Amino acid sequence: MPNVMIRQNEGKMTLYVAKKDQEDEISSIEFNSEDSWGGTIELTDGTRYFIEPLDAPPKLPITLRAKRG
Amino acid sequence: MSVMSREETEALINEVLEVYPAKAKKDRAKHLTANDHEIEQSKKCITSNKKSLPGVMTIRGCAYAGSRGVVWGPIKDMIHISHGPVGCGQYSRSGRRNYYIGTTGVNAFVTMNFTSDFQEKDIVFGGDKKLAKLIEEIEQLFPLNKGISVQSECPIGLIGDDIEAVSKKAAKDIGKTVVPVRCEGFRGVSQSLGHHIANDAIRDWALGKRDDDNSFETTPYDVAIIGDYNIGGDAWSSRILLEEMGLRVVAQWSGDGTISEMELTPKVKLNLVHCYRSMNYISRHMEEKYGIPWMEYNFFGPTKTDESLRKIASFFDETIQKKAEEVIAKYKLEYQAVIDKYKPRLEGKKVMLYIGGLRPRHVIGAYEDLGMEVVGTGYEFAHNDDYDRTIKEMGNATLIYDDVTGYEFEEFVKKIKPDLIGSGVKEKYIFQKMGIPFRQMHSWDYSGPYHGYDGFAIFARDMDMTLNNPCWKKLQAPWKADAAEDAAVAASA
Repeated sequence: MPNVMIRQNEGKMTLYVAKKDQEDEISSIEFNSEDSWGGTIELTDGTRYFIEPLDAPPKLPITLRAKRG
Repeated sequence: MSVMSREETEALINEVLEVYPAKAKKDRAKHLTANDHEIEQSKKCITSNKKSLPGVMTIRGCAYAGSRGVVWGPIKDMIHISHGPVGCGQYSRSGRRNYYIGTTGVNAFVTMNFTSDFQEKDIVFGGDKKLAKLIEEIEQLFPLNKGISVQSECPIGLIGDDIEAVSKKAAKDIGKTVVPVRCEGFRGVSQSLGHHIANDAIRDWALGKRDDDNSFETTPYDVAIIGDYNIGGDAWSSRILLEEMGLRVVAQWSGDGTISEMELTPKVKLNLVHCYRSMNYISRHMEEKYGIPWMEYNFFGPTKTDESLRKIASFFDETIQKKAEEVIAKYKLEYQAVIDKYKPRLEGKKVMLYIGGLRPRHVIGAYEDLGMEVVGTGYEFAHNDDYDRTIKEMGNATLIYDDVTGYEFEEFVKKIKPDLIGSGVKEKYIFQKMGIPFRQMHSWDYSGPYHGYDGFAIFARDMDMTLNNPCWKKLQAPWKADAAEDAAVAASA
């Protein structure tokens, strides 16, 4: 259950895992609408994380708990 | 445009690794690679931030070095206590040439060493009382200090002293910021974790002090320089460029910086990060908590400086963008003269680097501006994200080494035969005795600044001074000199 930070970097949404010093672009996000946001997140290198869906898109950057998806 | 092909570089790595026992060879092989532009992510080609192997020479430091030496040390109006035995503080004192303005011992304390000088009895009975007394004495003797940080050395963590409790109480008593930093040297694999711990300590104990205080008048052009340690005056030569383009530099982290600047940083509009490795943590925190965007910039060499100034200006309105162009145009005349003077003397020379922090990738541009080529680079304590950035900067098939051992570095140099090496003082004399010009690139070999346009002129002069020094021709005994040369001399007589 790493803490991950999701942020906008030059127009692209990236996911940063502090423990691994890894910052990668998010290629897909399961829920990305007005009333739900989160779910399974896939990075460009194929790694997947799961984030409890939120009720609304958050203000970025945000630190969240993620599970391996 | 690299000198060696990919096959040659890989063959060289294999050859150098040959002498290791099988297990060590397997481990070290992961830390050495030939650069490949097609790889997007460095973790596919290089392993970093792993514990150094016992039995090989490494030039890494410890967490205490990362916190006391790098991040906290240069904050000039705070007193940084090296809490523990006397050596750690004394032998790292004043070594990094973080320049500052102030009267040492009165209102600035960077080059001084404050230590609790642990003895056996402190280990046995605990050192908390000693620390409390020390803070009290500091307050009496140096009343103009603006705060105190307690930098733990190894024994503090081992005996389990509660420096947080002492610090909280002392902060209340003296009415100043007292920051306990848990940067015991045994934490982590290198100084890199010390940077992280120091950033976290700033976040937890210092940064939010003025969150509710809006008396500071802000402008839309406030920026902070993050991760410039003012080595030889670097931050100053960066700062003037930013000020010339109309920005207001509110804080310098942490070269020539103060605690009050740090407290004001959450009020700026943009954080400019020079050393990404040591201060990205706090920048990310400020982005999340205060919504301050941050960007990395590079002030080594005119090409990169131009790029960075334009990128910085793009965060602001047109007046700043216009001024940035004016600044670039103004300095172009100056730096063009520098290039015209030194490029013919340095063109085509090969450089190998092995340094820490941001320099293994940041200085490449400066060398290229002088027509030189960086054929090998490596970091002491980088993480994957640093190598991600390095792959793009380096030429294809050039050598990249992580936490290189003394043996590997020497062998690489013997084979690649660079014209110049930039590394630390521990490597300096070995390579000079091997007859290779060397610059100590940790604190600019007692020169500097190297940042900005003004710094570039000094950088170019220093490289020329080292490379074209007549002493390198004197290394060979006269009777061993080339016979052909003798004949030429004889013929001309």
